[in-house]
Amino acid sequence: MIRLLATCAALALAAPAAAETVAIVDATLMTMTDAGEIAQGTIVIRDGRIMAIGPDVTVPAGARVVDGRGGVVTPGFIQADSTLGAVEVSQVPASADRATHSRSISAGFDISLGLNPDSILLPVSRLAGITHAVTTPLYDDRPGRDLQFSGQAAVIDLAQRSDMVTRPRVAMVLEMGEGGAERAGGARGAAIVALRATLDDVRHFARHRAAYDRGEGRPQRLSRIDLEALVPVAEGRMPLIVKVDRASDIVDMIAFAHDEGLRIILDGAEEGWRVAAAIAAAKVPVIVDPLADLPRSFSQIGASMDNAARLHAAGVTVILKTGSGVAHRARELRYGAGNAVAWGLPHAAAVAAITINPARVFGVADHAGSLAEGGAADLVLWSGDPLEPLSQPRLIFVEGIETPLTARPLDLRDRYAP
Amino acid sequence: MGLRLKHLGECVRWALLAAAMGMASGPAGAAEGPFPSTYRPAPAAPVAIVGATILTGTGAEIANATLLIRDGRVEAVGRGVAVPDGYTRVDGRGKWVTPGIIDAHSHLGVYPSPGTPSHQDGNEAVAPNTAEVWAEHSVWPQDPKFRLARAGGVTTLLVLPGSANLFGGRSVTLKNVPSVTTQGMKFPGAPYGLKIACGENPKRVYGGKGRAPSTRMGNVAGYRKAWIDAADYARKWDKWENDGGNGNPPKRDLQFETLAGVLKGEILVQNHCYRADEMAVMIDIAREFGFRISAFHHANEAYKIAPLLARENICVATWANSWGAKMESLDGIEENAPMIDAAGGCAIIHSDDGLLIQRLNQEAGIAMAAANHAGLSVSRGRAIRWITANPAKALGIADRVGTLEPGKMADVVLWSADPFSVYALAERVWIDGVSMWDRGDPRYRAPSDFLLGQPGQEFPR
Repeated sequence: MIRLLATCAALALAAPAAAETVAIVDATLMTMTDAGEIAQGTIVIRDGRIMAIGPDVTVPAGARVVDGRGGVVTPGFIQADSTLGAVEVSQVPASADRATHSRSISAGFDISLGLNPDSILLPVSRLAGITHAVTTPLYDDRPGRDLQFSGQAAVIDLAQRSDMVTRPRVAMVLEMGEGGAERAGGARGAAIVALRATLDDVRHFARHRAAYDRGEGRPQRLSRIDLEALVPVAEGRMPLIVKVDRASDIVDMIAFAHDEGLRIILDGAEEGWRVAAAIAAAKVPVIVDPLADLPRSFSQIGASMDNAARLHAAGVTVILKTGSGVAHRARELRYGAGNAVAWGLPHAAAVAAITINPARVFGVADHAGSLAEGGAADLVLWSGDPLEPLSQPRLIFVEGIETPLTARPLDLRDRYAP
Repeated sequence: MGLRLKHLGECVRWALLAAAMGMASGPAGAAEGPFPSTYRPAPAAPVAIVGATILTGTGAEIANATLLIRDGRVEAVGRGVAVPDGYTRVDGRGKWVTPGIIDAHSHLGVYPSPGTPSHQDGNEAVAPNTAEVWAEHSVWPQDPKFRLARAGGVTTLLVLPGSANLFGGRSVTLKNVPSVTTQGMKFPGAPYGLKIACGENPKRVYGGKGRAPSTRMGNVAGYRKAWIDAADYARKWDKWENDGGNGNPPKRDLQFETLAGVLKGEILVQNHCYRADEMAVMIDIAREFGFRISAFHHANEAYKIAPLLARENICVATWANSWGAKMESLDGIEENAPMIDAAGGCAIIHSDDGLLIQRLNQEAGIAMAAANHAGLSVSRGRAIRWITANPAKALGIADRVGTLEPGKMADVVLWSADPFSVYALAERVWIDGVSMWDRGDPRYRAPSDFLLGQPGQEFPR
């Protein structure tokens, strides 16, 4: 009986607040829309949507009023390049579904299938204001396996409901530069040639599916699963996340994408600031880690703390990520954004880089990324500046669902509290 | 103007070089055995930082205060301190001053950037007991991360071997000064440390090679066997010395020499250990063989045994954010260090990372904020000790650094804002009273030899 009640309670929690109307009053609202920042505003939430927002909104009778004085409301944050939902303990392979070493599935790997809404990492990240993540496949190279793509990324929400996939297959993931070279036998020139050949195979396959099914198609290096998955990439319908850092690799991949008619998103781009104008001219969005300032390899010699600021100043659409794909560290996103501000990125641009920019680039702007009348209530009320460690979340809505301010580490804390 | 600037530049270069190479005059260091420190701070004019909020590292926060630095030492600190003639005044109004940050756990130099295979010098992972190796013999002083850490306010760091082995070797305490040699960075007179590792890493590395240890009980057997042998070695030397040092001394053994140094209390145990139950076992091993553990490192579960650790006077060096990479770190919580502090223990926030070492102040701020949110009520004056006074204690150098008290080495950071803010940047850093970082002066951004002449160095990192 108790278990049944608990199940009912859990289900009730996982549904948008249908009956209740919630009004957050007198808070600073960072809308990420043309309305900009509203100094003392009110947001009314009903049925999981924002019914009204602005400086002069009347609070409906019967609404639960949340005093937002001194607080800031932002859209929920989006952690790009994470493995949230696909891992419990990094070094326990059986607890992770973020990579495959299958020899017949690489580009075909669809991470949106088999994710875990009960992951204890989701509430931890949510307490850092993260309501969505771009869950992105990693590589699991093995001897004799040198497949080019790691798979297809998905946007998920962190409401911990069974239907956690906001949008599947939002992008294909490809590492070039040093990693790409290694998979092609050790040289960039081989990697680029191999990639061109793959795209040619995919286009040939798309034109001759029937012959392929009769066993009469030309020999293909990739499995049918992988070829099928790559068709929308080759046709420019699915964006290709390209992980590169060296300035020359960035320029090469922009030119390659132009020649092949691909839509690309750069990921990493630690030397991006050196070729910012070229990236801006190509209208290629960039995912950067604002803390990455180490010359970790010969591809990151020019890594610099002001990479994000310089890319933004050049007109590039910047998305910030932190933790280098390590899901347990997803919660550091807002601090990373704060550091980007300390190194020259305007504060509003830093918030955009973890809200509306990734929402637009990954096609989920109708679910998250901004505060607008009629839009999904995907937002966080903070006790102060959301990028400051000293601020804490006071209220979290994930796509209209109010989520509790709890997580397993807090349970541990309370069990051992003095 | 151009001439003056050029001249000034030469002065700065000279000061940096002098500090690094020990060219300036000064008292010779005490006899320190082989590989002695050659670090001697350059002479520097006295400095007065006026009007800042000062976190002294003793627990105090003093608004609108003055700090006087003379002859490489803290001369005075407090409100209403008069500035004598001849002091270079630094305007601290609206800014904050803290002791130099001390990182109790770093692999800078032994795992440098770039991380090429040729640079992987942190783990002598060929045998579970390599107490005979010394991290200082792997340190590459040209690791660009030293300068980045300096720009993050880090003035002293403990560089350790990795955690592949039960006994990883000796650690070394470095002053974060530019130097061509490692001896030119060694903290004069700082005690050595011995890296010991618990748990998953040693048993994975050696179990994976089909040899012991492959379990946690194998780890413990490995420690105890080594201490039995070390005690035997120490007894032979004691006997020879007690007999008047006549005749041939016992043959020196580098491995036992380090372990015996621990038994004598001269070398401090720095113990990588995550789980509460394993820490309790390590405490019992220390009791069995009569040595002390200076600090448990990483120690994600320390909060579960906070009173025990406080009672045993063992420091806990940990993170706020890092958890979940391994089973033994799954129970990590943000409030770990503050809960140790609340129990009366010695809490430390460390980095173990080339990125985090640049922002230890923020990591401490995250722990402080989480603790206050949980109702623990931690002041800034208290939290700054997690990255200053407490690591100084764990490294055995608390009598020289870690607080801004008169007579201490003048390792000082001037922050642009509240150091626990994500927007705070280290504007100035002094080490032994010598200016070692000035954010507004591009000459201090001079890259390490490795980066010199490489692409993309024209802007600040």
